Amino acid sequence: MNKILIQGNRVIGEAAIRAGCRFYAGYPITPQNELTEYMADNLRKAGGTFIQGESEIASVNMILGASAAGARVMTSSSSPGISLKQEGISSMAADELPGVIVNMMRGGPGLGNISPSQGDYFQATKGGGHGDYRVIVLAPASVQELADLTMDAFDLADEYRNPVMILADGMIGQMMEPVLFKTPKPRSYSEKFHLRGCGEGKSKFIRGLILDPLHEEEHNWKLHRKYKTIIAREPRHETFRTEDADFLVIAYGTAARVAKGAIKRARESGIRVGLLRPITLWPFPSDAVRSFAGKASKFLVFEMSTGQMLEDVQLALGNSEKIHFYGRPGGVVPAPVEVAKIIAQHA
Amino acid sequence: MKQVFTRPKSLKQAVFHYCPGCGHSIVHRLICEVIDEMGIRGKTMGVPPAGCAVLAYNYFDVDMLEAPHGRGCAVATGLKRVLPDRVIFSYQGDGDLAAIGTAETFHAANRGENITVFFINNAVYGMTGGQMAPTTLLGQSTTTSPPGRNALLDGHPVKMSEILSHLDGTVYIERCAVNSPARILQTKRAIRKSFTYQIEGRGFTLLEVLSHCPTNWKMTPVESCKWVEETMTRHYPLGVIKDIPGAEKEKKDK
Repeated sequence: MNKILIQGNRVIGEAAIRAGCRFYAGYPITPQNELTEYMADNLRKAGGTFIQGESEIASVNMILGASAAGARVMTSSSSPGISLKQEGISSMAADELPGVIVNMMRGGPGLGNISPSQGDYFQATKGGGHGDYRVIVLAPASVQELADLTMDAFDLADEYRNPVMILADGMIGQMMEPVLFKTPKPRSYSEKFHLRGCGEGKSKFIRGLILDPLHEEEHNWKLHRKYKTIIAREPRHETFRTEDADFLVIAYGTAARVAKGAIKRARESGIRVGLLRPITLWPFPSDAVRSFAGKASKFLVFEMSTGQMLEDVQLALGNSEKIHFYGRPGGVVPAPVEVAKIIAQHA
Repeated sequence: MKQVFTRPKSLKQAVFHYCPGCGHSIVHRLICEVIDEMGIRGKTMGVPPAGCAVLAYNYFDVDMLEAPHGRGCAVATGLKRVLPDRVIFSYQGDGDLAAIGTAETFHAANRGENITVFFINNAVYGMTGGQMAPTTLLGQSTTTSPPGRNALLDGHPVKMSEILSHLDGTVYIERCAVNSPARILQTKRAIRKSFTYQIEGRGFTLLEVLSHCPTNWKMTPVESCKWVEETMTRHYPLGVIKDIPGAEKEKKDK
């Protein structure tokens, strides 16, 4: 197989179709429109259903229905649109329906702007919608990783019968890079979870409403046990130049790419600095972060926000003066040289 | 002995939670009778709403998928597009369909989704305790329009069926009621027609049912049936609003 040069937004569409996604609904919003457009053209050619919904709310509820019917489903949007989708995401988590939701983050709050940002970390990792639930959050830092994680997202969604979010930003969505597609795994999702009409058998229903508090409590604990399993099994991270690092930068997505450039520069001036890049934001790779507690004497959390993942790092390490933060919110992507200066300041 | 009346097979052996005199249970039963008579239980799927009928899956013995409030037509769209040979119905109240779910309903209708919507209009939010609905009549007192709905302050009662009938995606829309035996029988005929058109792949069908709500109207069941007849139907006239396949058939027959 040959590498192809492809844009981030479009690679999600291609990886999703290869992974067997056969139902997509979405509503236009910058900076993720190329994904919606890719699905309009290519998903229909692949025999799937593409619907341009009248809103993000309608789109997420369409995938809820299609997921219950047994299709592999996806919707995508950017920050303000993801706020609208929270009702459906919460419902899918309650109903234990698999599905992939893509958030190409942009500057916020409110309408904000259309520049790359990481301001939706809290919304993505701490629930987002109402109720006691979690969504698996994957944070790619390259177009290749976007392709790989999109395929993984469908498998994880099926395995845990839970929504999975791909959390990237306008930078990764708009950028073109060479990609080699891996071979998707065959789908393993039991037909017993499908809702397709009862035939001659017993009818079933899927619902989020559980009026009896004791039953709803039981359902919440059941979901909680599932989330515990995910926390134990699924955290992923990458390390870069950490072998001798005394100084650890923690960053994800686009910020992690900037951090790599900054680390190369800082290394040239003799600073023993490395990077830990969470790939799953929920479950957060707390153990991996903690494993540096004895090795590194300084930590720098770098985010394109005012400090959201910072709280998870503080939870993992214990709040300490050793943890520094550098953030550029609102759609600003700092250059590596800027972050290298911050590293030098704290080194 | 010949049995002439029995519980429909598609209706579960469960006691309705609906208030005494409520129209929902009649509509449930009628839908189940039609499902039985058409022999489509195994391939029929329902989408219950948020509202009084939120527990509809406890009564309909077909596969059911609950929709978040107002999103019935979007959820039904997802089901139907994946399972085009199933009979899909969304069951929604007036707040669900004509307020919070207006966009989902309007656009599913406009896309001509091949689904059937049962729109239960009782001019009030029933489940939450009798607040003003988009369909509440002018002058009608509710808990959020205590002196009566005032057009200047509260807007006008929405005629969703008429609005939707202007969309090219809709093929059949009728307004019925369940306040008398004759009306009940007409509603049943309309349910059958909706399902028949869906099975024929005609497009979006919607049946509005004026349904009495004695509890929130603060009337006896008899008074509420009378109120449907004398007051509600004046703003919401009964009858076929749009029937494209029916008109085509008539033309052919001539």
